[in-house]
Amino acid sequence: METDASDDLAERPVTREEAFGPGSPVVVFDHVSLAFDEEVVLRDISFTLIKGHTKLILGASGAGKSTILKLILGLIKADRGVVWVNGERVDQLDEEGLMAVRADLGMVFQEGALFDSLTVRENVGYRLYEETPQPLDEVGKRVEGVLGFVGLSEYIDRMPSDLSGGQRRRVAIARAMVTKPRLLLYDEPTTGLDPITASTVDDEIVKLRDLENVTSIVVTHQLRDAFYIATHSAIPENGRVRIVPATREKAEEAEFIMLRDGLIIFEGTAAALRESADPYLRTFLS
Amino acid sequence: MFTLFEQRLKSALLDVQQYVLLSVSALRGCVTRPFYFHDVVEQFDAIGVGSLTVVALTGLFTGAVLALQTGYTLDQFGARPLVGRLVSASMVKELGPVLTALMITGRVGSGIAAELGSMGVTDQLNALRALGTDPVRKLVVPRLLAGVAMVPVLTVVSDFLGIAGGWLVASVQLRVASSVYWSSITEGLVIEDAWMGLLKPFVLGFVIVTVGCHVGLGARGGTQGVGRATTKAVVVASVAVLAVDFFMTKLMVFVLYP
Repeated sequence: METDASDDLAERPVTREEAFGPGSPVVVFDHVSLAFDEEVVLRDISFTLIKGHTKLILGASGAGKSTILKLILGLIKADRGVVWVNGERVDQLDEEGLMAVRADLGMVFQEGALFDSLTVRENVGYRLYEETPQPLDEVGKRVEGVLGFVGLSEYIDRMPSDLSGGQRRRVAIARAMVTKPRLLLYDEPTTGLDPITASTVDDEIVKLRDLENVTSIVVTHQLRDAFYIATHSAIPENGRVRIVPATREKAEEAEFIMLRDGLIIFEGTAAALRESADPYLRTFLS
Repeated sequence: MFTLFEQRLKSALLDVQQYVLLSVSALRGCVTRPFYFHDVVEQFDAIGVGSLTVVALTGLFTGAVLALQTGYTLDQFGARPLVGRLVSASMVKELGPVLTALMITGRVGSGIAAELGSMGVTDQLNALRALGTDPVRKLVVPRLLAGVAMVPVLTVVSDFLGIAGGWLVASVQLRVASSVYWSSITEGLVIEDAWMGLLKPFVLGFVIVTVGCHVGLGARGGTQGVGRATTKAVVVASVAVLAVDFFMTKLMVFVLYP
């Protein structure tokens, strides 16, 4: 009997080797449903994210995109269904167990969610300073390194209120990646930014995915940025990084998920999305 | 109409439940790891040292007006020299703890609700969780410890300045001799009064901080929500201070003065 791969994964525990090896599922949603009081936000959602790949979750405002990220982080619990993250069932873990899972995740919140009473250095190094016993000078070096990666080294001692919207997003990306997580979650990373700044943020996402081999989920309703991330890749060249159009194989590692009324109405590559004849998709893409 | 009442009742009960759960969580966080010592020290400074001026002025003027009002009333009984006893008993047993708590509610309670509320509506609380920090341990526990430790200290300062304010009015306005005033201060006080005046602030400090944190953490709806939370924190904590004071006084009178 033929079964869908994701059905198998939900029925038995995913081992650590499977969770962390190449081609392994990093995130699995199996028939997840969630409602807030009378309002149904997610209705029977199932998908699998493979290590090193990207999922781009699209949908209108209020379609449930950010809710998926919060379910992965364990900030909220689903009413039905199973959520696997890095080999752990986050829908069953208590807060202490979730902390262990979150140690391997990074999240970039909408608007950045930087701690406004801390400097950029303290924000970016927060997890390392507060939650790990690493020596201060080592943490300092790592913070300087990631700020260099996002091109904001000279802002290290500024306060978040001194930064522009785009700079805050990039600091948020630096904060999320400082502990070298296996999975990065982006919640509307370019919403509210001008096209040039948005491109800068898109480049950071592509660089992180391709140079640091981070599995990514990007939630957005900005089509331009979603397609950019799906169809470009970063390559190191002569000590610098160049963003180039992705090869066909690389582009197939980026999958789009379109949400509508709590259901997935499309799952596929950028090319498949462009060619879709669904009237709602055509309207959304126009 | 009944549905509305039922909804309001359910909502109020849920609120009380969440408050109790938060308080229990915070108390557990005081005695288990991780413990954010640096934040505790910061809050001791913010809540304790930061409130010193307002509490000192409150105590000073309260004691002064108390002496003024009671001095002339006592005159009718030829008992003006007893003004010191009245000021000390009122300040130490009741006015010092309650007025100090009310001033701290306005200053600290509103600040806590606004700060935590702002963090909530800008996703900073979720960011803390995502970065492996429990917001209750990082934000609530330090404030709770600072409130419970500093409110009694501030109350003592308020009591002393109240008695000193009473002395100023008694000696300048009422022409009561300073030696008479200061000796009558201790004559009017028994140890049970001191117990009452010193135990109450621990509980009032707990109430002020936990109400501020509960309301702040539950703020929703952007800047308007933060404004509502700040107002609610001050109103609820103020009423709670007065109610808790009444019940504690009743209990202590029963226990301490058999």
